[in-house]
Amino acid sequence: LNHEPMADQEDLHDEQHLPPPTLWPIGFAIGVAVLLVGLIINPLWIATIGGAIALVFGVLWARDATSELRGRPLVIEPERRDLVEAGAGEVGPPATAGGDAMPHPEPGERFPRSKFLEGSTLGLGALIGGVITVPVAGFAVLPAFLDQKRHRVDLGPIDALKEGQWYVATFTVDPAQGEVSRRTAFIRNNGTAAAGGKQVPSFTIISNRCAHLGCPVQANGPSGQILGLPTVKEKTKNGPVTFSPTVPAGFGCPCHGGQYDTEGNRTAGPPVRALDRYGFEIVDGRLILLSTYSVSHVDGSGAQAKIHKYKEVGPGEHVDGPEQLFYPLNPPHH
Amino acid sequence: VATTTRRPPSRADLRRQRIEAAVNYPLDWLEERSGLIGGVRYFLFRKVPGDTNWMQTLGSASLTAFLVQAITGAILAMYYKPTPGDAYSSIQNITDQVFMGWLVRGMHRWGASVFIILMFLHMGRVFLFGAYKYPRELNWIVGVLILVMGMMEGFTGYLLPWDQTAYWATVVGINLNGTAPFLGPWLAQFLRGSQEIGADTLTRFYALHMLLIPGAIIGLIVLHLYLVIRLGVTSPPWSKDAAGMEPAETNGTGTLRPGLTRPVARGPLGNGPVGPGGGRD
Repeated sequence: LNHEPMADQEDLHDEQHLPPPTLWPIGFAIGVAVLLVGLIINPLWIATIGGAIALVFGVLWARDATSELRGRPLVIEPERRDLVEAGAGEVGPPATAGGDAMPHPEPGERFPRSKFLEGSTLGLGALIGGVITVPVAGFAVLPAFLDQKRHRVDLGPIDALKEGQWYVATFTVDPAQGEVSRRTAFIRNNGTAAAGGKQVPSFTIISNRCAHLGCPVQANGPSGQILGLPTVKEKTKNGPVTFSPTVPAGFGCPCHGGQYDTEGNRTAGPPVRALDRYGFEIVDGRLILLSTYSVSHVDGSGAQAKIHKYKEVGPGEHVDGPEQLFYPLNPPHH
Repeated sequence: VATTTRRPPSRADLRRQRIEAAVNYPLDWLEERSGLIGGVRYFLFRKVPGDTNWMQTLGSASLTAFLVQAITGAILAMYYKPTPGDAYSSIQNITDQVFMGWLVRGMHRWGASVFIILMFLHMGRVFLFGAYKYPRELNWIVGVLILVMGMMEGFTGYLLPWDQTAYWATVVGINLNGTAPFLGPWLAQFLRGSQEIGADTLTRFYALHMLLIPGAIIGLIVLHLYLVIRLGVTSPPWSKDAAGMEPAETNGTGTLRPGLTRPVARGPLGNGPVGPGGGRD
């Protein structure tokens, strides 16, 4: 490839570089077709014949195509044209000397044809682009925000949970999604609390999602069989639910060291608020988990706790103080 | 003197001519119909400053690392299943069962870090050589976009093995995005695909990781290379030569722009030293 590119270019444009006309490819194609058909109906004979035809015509075609290279230019009868066109033999004006292909717009003309064509090309392009982009972008973005399902998780009869005892409860929020929707909550049966003049069951149900960046917080203390307490297992319509007993001195996050007390108040580390809690209701003596809500802090404890509730927000978001102004609008949440 | 004596070509000469013609025929065919040969030749044999440095190969190294990622990634996609139930086991299958799967996965996994590291080294070289200055500011910006896209590839690719590390790292990563003021919570929910991480998160990270972001990176790389070719290569800051200009090419008059890197373009619309008419007009 060491020849001069420019000289090459001129060569290419000076002479006709069309391949000479040839009929051999037709025979070659027929041969290939016969070969393929033969492979199906009679590989021994018909395919062989087809292969032979293709081979012969292929070689002839290759000879033709390379005849120029092999120094024996194919002699082709020059095309004869007896009719002489008008103006034959005259030299045409150079391209720069003729008039313009398109008339210039009249001076003062506001919407010449070229402007119209330019505008309509761009406009139609934008329209087509928009018609395609809008639904696709909507499909890409909106499902994440629309129709967010509320979940009600049946955790089984409340009698199974010993009063005053903490449990690590694991359950599946959406059985259709399977294991990926498994969640953990820390649950304590507080007995009953006075509400509206009567005694109602009270539970402390704390989400294990750290209020820093969402890692799973752990109970700081012994859990499981070491306590000598039975692990409660229930089968509900949300699938298996497990309550493993625990005696937490608080909750801690393994990721960045956030620490909380047993009411979920932050005691140390990077979290910006208390742990979220699950809403709940008791239906026919069964504990039903509702959506989570966010908590800035909790005063008191157990059944007497005063919980400062906020709408559910993501981990790391402040719900009170001046920093809450950074999150004026939150996406819809169950 | 040589032209006066013209001896007839020998058989060896003729054979060489024929071989040359046979080699050139397909190349000329392609060139005549596409101009690609000339384009590639222009790209490969364009002039660069004589004292270019080994550090200036870091960009090509980054490109190579990206190509390795693209190819190994496409092959891994033949075996990977982006569903919560199958993702981890399909990775195990690739690593333990598929012939040489461990190698291709290893190349993709370690190559990811290599790609990012090389981009940072390349960026450091451009910064220290002052090669981001006029008229190459736009190429710096494009390069930064490629770096950001590369980081997004890292973030979305990290989830795909779908093990505990992947899952919780992604939880933290998404929530980190969620703490950005104003639009953060919306961004986080967009990344999750819903309010909780689930099957939708995995598939959308997969689509982002192997289609959308790589497509964007390829487009940006094309733009990046176009600008490199158009604007030419900078000399190292310690260079005493005129960058990309032979003395003859300054046309006897041209005093080059003073400055650390001496950009070779002559103006906002100027071509590089070997662009159309560049250096010779």
